[in-house]
Amino acid sequence: MTDELNSPGYDIPPEMDGQVAITTLDKVYNWSRRNSIWPMMFGLACCGIEMICAATSRFDFSRFGMEVMRPSPRQSDLMIVSGTVTKKMIPQIVRLYNQMPEPKYVLAMGACASGGGPFKEGYSVVDGVDKFIPVDVYVPGCPPTPQALLHGLITLQKKIDMQSIKNVRWYSKDPVEAIPIPVLGPDLMDPREFELIKEYSAEKQVEEGELPVVDEA
Amino acid sequence: MSEEVLVEQKSELEERFPDISRDERKGYAGFIVPPEKIVEFATGLRDEFGYDFLSSVTGVDYLPEDQMEVVYHAYKTTGGPELVYKVQVPRDNPVVPSLTPFFPGADLQEREAWDLVGIRFEGHPNLKRVLTWEGFEGHPLQKDWQEPFYEEDGKPFKSRWPGGDVIRSEDNNPFNKNVDYPEGFDPALWEPVGESAVYAGVGRLDHAVSETALSTDQIVVNLGPQHPSTHGVFRMVVRLEGETVVDLEPVMGYLHRNHEKIGERNTFLMNIPFTDRLDYFNSMSNNFGYVLAVEKLMGTKPPERAEYLRVMMAELTRIVNHLAAIGFLLNDLGAFFTPLLYAFEERELILDIFEAVSGSRMMCNYYRFAGMARDLPEGVFEQVKSFVLDRLPRKIDDLDTFLTNNEIIRARTIGIGVLTAEQAITHSAVGPVLRASGVPYDIRRADPYGIYDRFEFDVAVRYHGDIYDRYLIRLDEIRQSIRILEQVIRDMPEGPIQEGKPQYQVRVPPGEAYGRVEGPKGELGFYVVSNGKPNPWRYHVRAPSFINLTPLGVMGKNYMIADVVTILGSIDIVLGETDR
Repeated sequence: MTDELNSPGYDIPPEMDGQVAITTLDKVYNWSRRNSIWPMMFGLACCGIEMICAATSRFDFSRFGMEVMRPSPRQSDLMIVSGTVTKKMIPQIVRLYNQMPEPKYVLAMGACASGGGPFKEGYSVVDGVDKFIPVDVYVPGCPPTPQALLHGLITLQKKIDMQSIKNVRWYSKDPVEAIPIPVLGPDLMDPREFELIKEYSAEKQVEEGELPVVDEA
Repeated sequence: MSEEVLVEQKSELEERFPDISRDERKGYAGFIVPPEKIVEFATGLRDEFGYDFLSSVTGVDYLPEDQMEVVYHAYKTTGGPELVYKVQVPRDNPVVPSLTPFFPGADLQEREAWDLVGIRFEGHPNLKRVLTWEGFEGHPLQKDWQEPFYEEDGKPFKSRWPGGDVIRSEDNNPFNKNVDYPEGFDPALWEPVGESAVYAGVGRLDHAVSETALSTDQIVVNLGPQHPSTHGVFRMVVRLEGETVVDLEPVMGYLHRNHEKIGERNTFLMNIPFTDRLDYFNSMSNNFGYVLAVEKLMGTKPPERAEYLRVMMAELTRIVNHLAAIGFLLNDLGAFFTPLLYAFEERELILDIFEAVSGSRMMCNYYRFAGMARDLPEGVFEQVKSFVLDRLPRKIDDLDTFLTNNEIIRARTIGIGVLTAEQAITHSAVGPVLRASGVPYDIRRADPYGIYDRFEFDVAVRYHGDIYDRYLIRLDEIRQSIRILEQVIRDMPEGPIQEGKPQYQVRVPPGEAYGRVEGPKGELGFYVVSNGKPNPWRYHVRAPSFINLTPLGVMGKNYMIADVVTILGSIDIVLGETDR
């Protein structure tokens, strides 16, 4: 661990070796963050059970500083989307994501959260949570084994290691925009697509021949 | 019950109800009741013939015949096979009198049939959508309704084969998403109705006169869908007087994964892995129920060794489920995580066995029509033997010692969430919930399937109907499962595990079948209608977790809000099955 911190790319004079640690702010910052990721206690479906298994004694992700699962989004750093995301649930998930304080990460656990999985063709399933919120790590599997989830969490730690205070989004000058919450209409509607939906519906109507098509006369 | 008795009873029924007729279609059974007589028939059946348990209500859309059908399955709680009766209504105006006022257990099921099939139940007190949301366009299980990613009516889709290139459904959709909108729809004018409809159920703000000296306002509190105590994405809206629950409305559908629509597109075999994902704690029992239903249609039976393997896996699954149920119940009581860790330790050992036989920890996909997917690998039988005979009884005794007489557990659970036997039956509660209320009804004994008639075991029953008894009965059932497993281990024969050759495409003759098993959560039924094609025409799951929520309102009222969380834990729901 100290070696990890203590390699900023500067040469330490031999007489001071082992007594002085030189590091960068980024490294200390990332090191402390990546070892205290608090996931949100939030199981959606089958994968949620494997997530619980990853927390129990056999797999035990507290070895990586993640044992504190918080039911409240306000206290959590990581949203593990563990299971099928349905159209009825996505407004809540987006709202929870917006409520999480920065820095925040999303891990899509399993085939359903990553891309719809076996239920993709169904009428009320969102084909991938990344259609609405940004995902940092995808873990494949149906459901992924706890080992696979641990691998995903370690991958997330590696990603955190690569971030720099200089350009992370939560220290940028512009405020981070909240993601607009989808609305449940006749089908799921993204507020950013309202115009598109209107156009599509009008076109469909013309195709079906319900509106009198304006003729040349 | 023998065939003659059934036939005799059928003619008795026809004598009593002259308007009904037998269902003469090939492969079908039961009676067809005219819509206006259904209430009289159902209540008469209950009061005069002893069919007091209305287990399943579902709708079927027969598009070619231009009619819709409501299918009822009724049982006697004293045991015996089912009685099926149906109501046929025209497709353009499907209205059927509701049975909910007489059988409250039909409540959620009728709402589901309205939601998904579009059959209106006249007289239903609260006919709202249950799995989709208010405002959803169309009724998805109608045969002419097409989902946004629609490709063809049945798999295998030609578009995927034999060209070789997989076409991604989102590339064909204008939004690159799984959505579709009706013609002429303007989202700017849309007003969401769902939330207000939910709160309207409990939001009556009439100021009730309190019996206590302090007069308080009633408030409406929303629990879930993201709440640590709701076991997933279940949601309850409760109205509180102080801390006491006055009214409670369950809201579900947050994990509605279109199991039945996808099931009707799939071939029969493709559905087995999907059943795994229904109740993801007990994939083995789910497989069991489904293959039983299809085997009934096909008229086949598995060989002897496969029958024993089935029972072995089903009972191991029951142990897994009850361990988890006890662990989560203790979680809800505030014993956060420690009892669960002990329960999950044993669960992991059973999952190792499942992984060895099927290749997957949770989604086993192990049963096949007329057989099993593969035989036990080397060493697994010994693993099961030493686990079940040496380790498990000891560990169950440990749980019993540490939990059963714990003072806090007793104080929090005894006399809380009481469901009487009568209420349990009228609300169609099944499984441990029904048996903890003093009704010794276990399908393994009442209407044996597979080879359960060969084993010696007791039907666990407790009489108080409170949370404590629902906890105790799970311990009892684990012990009975160990007893059955001992006999399975003793008698396990050698031999083939598949009748005939394993087939990818099974031929299923036209007809209907209802296969039910005593799953760990109660009666898990699969209603399958085949029209001779490779895909089922109708595929319905009678989900115990879903129907066991019907009495939640009865159990939860007049207790503290903290108790409602525990009551929900004691029903032991799994959202994959509740919402399907």
